[in-house]
Amino acid sequence: MAVHSERVQAPSPGSGVAVVAEIDTSAAGGGAEGTAPKRTRSAGGPGIGSRLAPYLLLLPATVATLALLGWPLLKTVLLSFQNLNRRQLVMHLTEWTGFDNYKEQLTDPDFWAVTGRTVAFTLINVVLIMIGGTLIGLLLNHLGKKMRLALSIALLMAWAMPVVAATTVYTWLFDQQWGVVNWLLDQLGWHSMADYNWMSDEYSTFFVVILLVVWMSIPFVAFNMYAGLTTVPKELYEAARMDGAGSLKIFSSVIFPNLKPFFLATTFLEVIWVFKSFTQVYAINGGGPENLTRTLPVHAFLEGSGSQHYGVGAAIAVLTILMLGALMAYYFRIMIKQEDEL
Amino acid sequence: MRRSLFGRTWPNVIAVVLIVFFVFPVYWMIATAFKQDRDIISKTPVFIPFDATFDHFGTAVDAPDFWTYVTNSVTVTVGAVVISLVIATLAAFAVARMKFRGRKAFVLVIMMAQMAPWEVMTIAVYMISRDNDMLNSLLPLTLFYMMMVLPFTIWTLRGFIAAVPKELEESAMVDGCTRTQAFVKVIFPLLAPGLMSTSLFGFITAWNEFPLVLIVNKEQGKTLPLWLSSFKTAFGNDWGATMAASTMFAIPVLILFVFLQRKAVGGLTDGAVKG
Repeated sequence: MAVHSERVQAPSPGSGVAVVAEIDTSAAGGGAEGTAPKRTRSAGGPGIGSRLAPYLLLLPATVATLALLGWPLLKTVLLSFQNLNRRQLVMHLTEWTGFDNYKEQLTDPDFWAVTGRTVAFTLINVVLIMIGGTLIGLLLNHLGKKMRLALSIALLMAWAMPVVAATTVYTWLFDQQWGVVNWLLDQLGWHSMADYNWMSDEYSTFFVVILLVVWMSIPFVAFNMYAGLTTVPKELYEAARMDGAGSLKIFSSVIFPNLKPFFLATTFLEVIWVFKSFTQVYAINGGGPENLTRTLPVHAFLEGSGSQHYGVGAAIAVLTILMLGALMAYYFRIMIKQEDEL
Repeated sequence: MRRSLFGRTWPNVIAVVLIVFFVFPVYWMIATAFKQDRDIISKTPVFIPFDATFDHFGTAVDAPDFWTYVTNSVTVTVGAVVISLVIATLAAFAVARMKFRGRKAFVLVIMMAQMAPWEVMTIAVYMISRDNDMLNSLLPLTLFYMMMVLPFTIWTLRGFIAAVPKELEESAMVDGCTRTQAFVKVIFPLLAPGLMSTSLFGFITAWNEFPLVLIVNKEQGKTLPLWLSSFKTAFGNDWGATMAASTMFAIPVLILFVFLQRKAVGGLTDGAVKG
C-alpha cells in the first residue's frame, strides 16, 4: 500500500526472514554516522565549489519536491476556494467563492458523519493492529526456529499482497453465493449466514474492510515488534523472572519501557496510514451501501470526481490534510526527540 | 528452562492458526485461478484443485487491452524508479556525507514528504494533468509515482551511503581521485545492494498505486491495478478469471518480496534497530 507503499523492510537480526521499519533504517545511517571519524575537507579545500556542492546535489530533489508535491498541495488549497463543477471545468472558468465550500462542508451533517466514521474506523483498526501485531511479535520471539520461519513466511505473504489484489480476493472470500466464508459459517451452524450479502449492510461491509486492513497491516507491526524484542538484553528477562515476575509483569516492566519509542512511532504511523487509506474502502464496496461506508479520502474522491464538484472535493481534501497534519506534527515531535543526531 | 507440555504446545497451535489466517487468502486466490469452473461454483468449496486448468489465465490475458495495460504499468513503474534513483543518489550523498546549512530542514521535508497524503491530492493532480493536456498520458503518472517513491529512496540510500566507511573514500582521494571519482569508483559499487532494494520497493509502490491512476487515466491510459479493479465488473461472476488476473498481478510482487529479504539488504541494519 502506497500504503502500503510506505512500508519498508530490512533484515531483522537473527531470523532468516527479515523486516524492519523505515525508521530503523534511518537509525542505521545515524549510528554509522555518529561513530565515523570527522570528515576531513575534500582535496580541493573549502573553496566556493565545494561549499556549493551539497546544494547542487540537492537541487534536482528540491525541484522535484516543489513541482510534484508542493504544487499539487498548493493546488488543492486553491481549488478548495473555487466553485468548480462540471460546467466550469468544461468551459475553463475560474470562479472564486471564498470560504463557501468550507462553510458548506462544516455545516453539513454528512461531513461530520463521515469524519466521525473515519475516526472510529481508524481507532478500531489501529487498536486491533497494535494488539495483534504486538502479540504476534511476542509469539515469534517465543517460537522454535522452524515454526518461526513458517509464521514469518505467512506474514510476509499477507504483507506483500498488492492492495488491489487483496481487496479482490476478499470480495471473493465474502461472496454471497459461492464465498468460502459463508460456507464455513453455515457449516459451523450459523445457517442464516449461508446466503448472506456482506455488502448489503454498513457494519458487515466495515467488518470485511477492517479484517482486510488488519490482515495487511499486522505483519509490519509484528516484524518490527520481533526485531525490537531481539534488542532487549536477555539478562533483563532473566532478572525479572528471578524476581518472580509473570509474563504480564515482564511485558509491562521490561518489554514495554524498553520498546516505548517503538510503540509510539508505530502507533502513529498506523494511525496516519489507516486514516488516509483509500483503496481498501473504495475497492471493496465503493463507499456503499448508500454511502454509509465512506471515509474521508473516499468522500473527497466521490464528491470531487464522482459528482464533479471538484471545489467541494478539494475542500474536503484540505480538511482531511489538516487533520492528518495535526497527527503528523505529533509524530514528528516524537521522531525528532528520538533522532537527536539529525 | 522446562515448561509444561501445555506451555510448549499452545504457542505452536496458535502459530498454525495464524499461518492459516495469513496465508489462506493468498492461497485461495491462486487455487481458485487454477480450478475448473464447476469447482468454483460449487456448494461445497474444493480446497485443492486436483484437475488444474490454465483456462482462466487465458481468459484474463485475452481480455481487451490487457497487453496495453501491462506495457503501461511497466513503463510507468520503470520510469519512476529509474528517475527517482538518479535524483535520490545525488541527494542522499549530500545528506549522508556533507555538512551544510539547511541539511536538517531538508531531512525533515523528506520525512514529511514520505507521508504525503496522496490519497486526497488526486483531484489537484487531475487538474494539473488536465491543464497541461496530459490526461491519459503516461508522463504525469510516471512523474508523480517518481515523487511518491523519491523520499523513501533518498532516506534509505542515505543510510547505505553513511554505512560505507569514510576511510575508503578518503584513501581513494589520497591516491589521487577527485571526490566524484572516489564516489563512482568506491562508494557506488558498494551501494549495489542498497540501490537494488530501494528500487524494488519503489517498483512495488508504483506497481500497486491505485487512487491516482483511478482519477487521472482512463481507457488506453489505465494501468494494471485499475484494470484489475474493473475486471470484476467486466467479467461479472467469472471468479476464476478474476482470480487468475489477481494472481498474475500479485505474483511479481510476491516473488520480489521473497527475493528482497533474502538477497538485497545484507548488512544494512546490523545493529540498526534502536530499542
